Amino acid sequence: MQKKRSTFLFSILCFGMAFLYIPMLLLIVYSFNYSKIVPVWGGFSTRWYGKLFESEEVWNALTLSIKIAVVNATFATILGSLAGLALVRFGRFKGRTLFGGMISAPLVMPEVITGLSLLMLFITLKEFLGWPDKRGFTTITIAHITFSMAYVAVIIQSRLTGMGISLEEAAQDLGARPLRVLGDITLPLLAPGMMAGWLLAFTLSLDDLVISSFVTGPGANTLPMLIYSRVRLGLRPDINALATIIIVTVAVGVLISGWIMLRQQKQKQRDMQMASAD
Amino acid sequence: MKQITTLDRMKAPVMARNWASELMGFLQTQWKAVVVFVPFFWLLVFFLAPFFIILKISLAESLIASPPFSPLFEWAEDGVMSIRIIFDNYSYLWEDELYLNTYLSSLKISTISTVICLLLGYPMAYAIVRSPPTTKNILLMMVILPFWTSFLLRVYAWMGLLADQGLVNDFLIWAGFIETPVRLMYSHFAVYVGIVYTYVPFMILPLYANMEKLDMELHEAAADLGSKPTTTFFTITLPLTWPGIVAGSLLVFIPATGEFVIPDLLGGGNVLMIGRVLFNEFHANHDWPVASAVAIALLILLVVPMMLYQRVQAKETESD
Repeated sequence: MQKKRSTFLFSILCFGMAFLYIPMLLLIVYSFNYSKIVPVWGGFSTRWYGKLFESEEVWNALTLSIKIAVVNATFATILGSLAGLALVRFGRFKGRTLFGGMISAPLVMPEVITGLSLLMLFITLKEFLGWPDKRGFTTITIAHITFSMAYVAVIIQSRLTGMGISLEEAAQDLGARPLRVLGDITLPLLAPGMMAGWLLAFTLSLDDLVISSFVTGPGANTLPMLIYSRVRLGLRPDINALATIIIVTVAVGVLISGWIMLRQQKQKQRDMQMASAD
Repeated sequence: MKQITTLDRMKAPVMARNWASELMGFLQTQWKAVVVFVPFFWLLVFFLAPFFIILKISLAESLIASPPFSPLFEWAEDGVMSIRIIFDNYSYLWEDELYLNTYLSSLKISTISTVICLLLGYPMAYAIVRSPPTTKNILLMMVILPFWTSFLLRVYAWMGLLADQGLVNDFLIWAGFIETPVRLMYSHFAVYVGIVYTYVPFMILPLYANMEKLDMELHEAAADLGSKPTTTFFTITLPLTWPGIVAGSLLVFIPATGEFVIPDLLGGGNVLMIGRVLFNEFHANHDWPVASAVAIALLILLVVPMMLYQRVQAKETESD
């Protein structure tokens, strides 16, 4: 009986993984298709990659997206870490429930609502304060920070609960002032979490279409907006080439960071074993 | 005059030092307030305030002007501020069958998608938890990886697969199920495939996190005491993994209800979903008050599941 259930689990796992990966693999394979009609194979070629880099539009969109992603990730990491710290380490304070609600709501809020409401905010602000006078880089970045910081806060919260409070308390008992504890103990221990948060905020920003489409202004096209405007009219071999580049870059990044984490974990286990053997 | 400037120049570093030490002193005593205030203020301005603004606009009248809606507050002649609230946009939503049908259709699509995600994700999460440590890490990475790659491109991948000349049709013809290509794109089927494909990792990850904390000895104990696997599943596994099921289901259900990209690219005009209607109402019709009312109505629809998610999440953090 036990055996039978395992085969069931194993086959559904295989099916699930195939379901997750085959579409992406095929997307990559068809980017090397000579034929202009995407689903019909016309021989191997890299001509769509060449076509892609000829286009100035693609370069502009890519630079804008990366600029927004870097600024967004940096601010989101700072704000998200502060929020995570406040929620886990400060106990109860006035407005904690509202704060906790606001920080986790963007995780599930439908993007159309966030996008529309932020646009209306920017328009109202412009009416009363004259700022932001032009929508584009600034407004998209502000919008991205608002939802990215929620993801960073979640990572920081789980890291803070995971690492426990004992080291910080020890430092405090030895006479370190609160800010010293924060700088010398908490922040270094949080660094891997903040790094993960930065990377996640970076990719979330690079990936966002709906919210950006709402809060952007004339002339400011991010990469997803460019991709969307092209694919909504049908399949395009150059988008397959672009997709391949993006997917391969992300996959390599994730694999490398995963491998580093795995190695650190193993090293830690070995250290622990050594320590207990002594 | 000259003397005063030199004096000032001499005083400047002292003042700066004073200022810096005062700042440090302030930080030493008030740093907690600063840590809370900065993100709190950001969220108040850029997350909470916008909702009140769209609530306000949804209660205004559409005008052909810029901005295209009537002001909510008006100064009457005697200097008294009058507030004009118009529920026209909401009654319009209620009376127009298109909107009502779209809300119902969105709920139906996201509910069915959530169930499919659960049926696929639950055994997958269980299989990952029960595999040996190294395999477990690799499998977990494989689930997380799609989460990091572009959402839009993952939806685009299915446009190629489901096309009339796409590989799914090729496969079905090759396997002898059909003779001529069937229309798979721009259908409910395509939307379900798209939602399940993009959201199933959101189901697997909370389930995995929940199941990993499970005590496997309970299963052995139940088996030792002669419980059948199905009984064990329904009396032990299912109740213990319930928080994971709820969290995962809400993480799929809530965003799927307001989804825009998937119904737009895979469903076309044949599939009614509220996210797409809102997007078009705003971008094509420029009817801001109606778009705002659509958004508020969607928010009201999702408030209960969102608060439920919040509670599950809070409990989960406390139990850690």
